[in-house]
Order: sequence, then C-alpha cells, then structure tokens
Amino acid sequence: MKKSQLIMGMPVTIEMMDVDSNRIFNKIFDYFFEVDGKFSTYKFESEISAINRGELKKENFSREMKEIFGLANSTKNDTLGFFDIKRDGVIDPSGIVKGWAIYNASKLLKDEGILNFYIDAGGDIEVSGLKNRKKWKVGVRNPFKKDEVVKVFGLTNAGIATSGNYERGDHVYNPHAKHSIADIASITVIGPNVYEADRFATAAYAMGSSGIDFIEKQRNLEGYMIDNAGIATYTSGIGKYLV
Amino acid sequence: MKKIALSALVIVVFIAYIIHEHGDTDEVHVVAPSSQQISPTEVISQNTTATPPAASSSAPPSPAAVSGKYKDGQYTSEVGDAFYGPLQFRLTVSGGRITDVTFLQTPNDRGTSIEINSQATPILKQETIAAQSATVDVVSGATQTSEAFQQLLKSTLNEAKT
Repeated sequence: MKKSQLIMGMPVTIEMMDVDSNRIFNKIFDYFFEVDGKFSTYKFESEISAINRGELKKENFSREMKEIFGLANSTKNDTLGFFDIKRDGVIDPSGIVKGWAIYNASKLLKDEGILNFYIDAGGDIEVSGLKNRKKWKVGVRNPFKKDEVVKVFGLTNAGIATSGNYERGDHVYNPHAKHSIADIASITVIGPNVYEADRFATAAYAMGSSGIDFIEKQRNLEGYMIDNAGIATYTSGIGKYLV
Repeated sequence: MKKIALSALVIVVFIAYIIHEHGDTDEVHVVAPSSQQISPTEVISQNTTATPPAASSSAPPSPAAVSGKYKDGQYTSEVGDAFYGPLQFRLTVSGGRITDVTFLQTPNDRGTSIEINSQATPILKQETIAAQSATVDVVSGATQTSEAFQQLLKSTLNEAKT
C-alpha cells in the first residue's frame, strides 16, 4: 500500500508491502510534520527560526536540535568543510534534516515490525527489504527531463539521495567558492542508509565535478553524477546495484 | 592558432602520405589550398637534414612538383601542443616521396576523460545518459515544489482509482 502527503514543501511517499494500516501511515506522516515544525526556516514559530532570531540559548535547544547541530558539525568535518548549515549568517539545517528524518522514520516503521517498504521524501529514499521478493527498483531522474528515468538501481536495505540545482534554485552552494555550482546537473549517492546518502550527496554536489572523486574515496558509498552535457560519471562499485 | 596550424599540418601530411602511397607518379603533388603552409623548413626542426624543397633535376619542371619535392632523409617534427597532449612525428622521405609517417608522441584522442581520471581515481567510468524503459518503483531526484504538487496530484489520483 502506498500513500503520499505534502510535507516540508515536498511529497513524502511511503509504500509498505502487505500492510494496510492507516495508523502506521499517520504515525510516519505525523513524525515528518513534527520535524517540519521544528526545523523549517519558513515557519516563524519553528525552533530553528527562534534560534536564528537569537531568542533561544544553546542550553535550551531541544534534544533533536542538539542532535542535528552535532551531526551537522561532524558532517562538516567528514566532507572537508563542503557541508555547512550556516549561510550568510543564517542557520539552515535542512540539508541534513531531510535524510535524518527519513532514516528515523524508517526506524519507526521497523519498530512496528514492517520490513519491506520505502520512504521517499522529495527524491531522497530509504529502501528496506524487498518488493514481491525482488529488490526495489529505484530510478535516477533525468535532470533535464523530469518525467524520464536515466538509470535504474536495484536496492534493498539502502539509502539513495540526489542533489542538484534543478531542485530549488540555488539552495546547495560551495561554501569555499561562495558561488553556485555550474557544471554538474545532479549527483546521486547510494549508501547504507538515506542519512549517509543525503549528507554526502549534498556535500559532493557542492564540490562540483570533483564530487564524484570524493564519493569514490568513501567506503560504502557509490555515486552517479550527471554533468550539464548529459554525461554521467560513476564510481567503480556501482555495478552491484545495477539491475 | 598554433593548434589549428598543427592540426592542418597533420591532415596535409596524411594527404600527402596517402597520395604518395597510392599515387602513380614520382612527383609530390601537394595541391591542397593550404599546401603553401607546409614547406618542410617551416614545420620540421633543423636537427635533421631538412632543407627547403629542391627542384628535381630529372622531373619535368612544374610548380606543383617543385613546391612538393622533398629531399630524402628522415625528418622529426618538433613536439607540438595538440590541445590534449603532445604530438610529434617522423617523416621518412625516399626518392623524393614521403614514404612513412611515424608518430612518436600522440595526444590521447579521449583526452578529456583521461584528464578527469588522472585527477584522482583512474577507476571512474563514464556514459552518456539515456532514457530507460524499465518501470521503477520510485525515483530519486532533486525536487521542485511545483513538481511536488504535480507528483502528489498524480499519486493521489492513482490512489483514487483503486
């Protein structure tokens, strides 16, 4: 069974095999609404907005906010500084919150005993188990033609995330160069879970054309980068995901 | 300009070579419009026996024959910059004809990908993206808000069908 809701300005879709429970769907969607309420920089009343207005001291941050700040910090270190939630003096952790939230939601599903499912939030996906005893077939969208798929991966118990400037204007940027990334249309990263895939896809995208080299050097991560000429460059281990 | 000139030279040398391999005349008939650019002294280094073309004493004088006649010997070109790498070749002239062209250094014709690879890891691979016909369960991509609405509408309508 599959259901979608628009949360955080993007569609969140959950498909679960052999499960028909509105209670479980609602539990997951409610979790995403809760995350959005806390971390959305578009909501005046969110905790992150209060932090950016200077109304909240560090010791009064919620447990989740402290966790995200900690994760953002370690991600910055893991990605040579290319991942940074601070931009122009504003803290926007959305680059890490999304993957983290999807991953947490997948744990909630597993706690309910559900093993065969995917959760897709705006194109970043956690895949668990199988669909009809086969791996889930996950497509990579053509960055130049949104209804077209240009690559298909078979995934189980993995995360996949894509970063690209065709998404929302300019929200990923290179903090070192202080300008946007010109040559790369998108980079898709597959990892052990969507949290890892998402944060590394964001950082690799900010690195421009060398981002794929960075992914190649990471253990447990594979990448598929598409440049503006329509040429894909991919990592050496991606074959294991091809269907 | 240097690259263009060099490329032109390579092409002309090949034409000359082919003409000489397959031609039925002793004369060097390099008659391409750009042939005046390729007198040996202009492009072939002087560390060899290269000399300006000399008119053959035996052949009937004709402008083409005079301008294209080469002195026997081996001529090694300078190392040129051919955009993606060095280019160097050696010409062998015998009987006034170019009888051999040996490339000593050639740029890789897939220089771009080689360059990408040599930057870091030589194991990355490339392909041109192409639409896949396989049906998929879910698609990974960067999202747009307007698109999000369309997707949601689509999935909602699908849900409404069942």
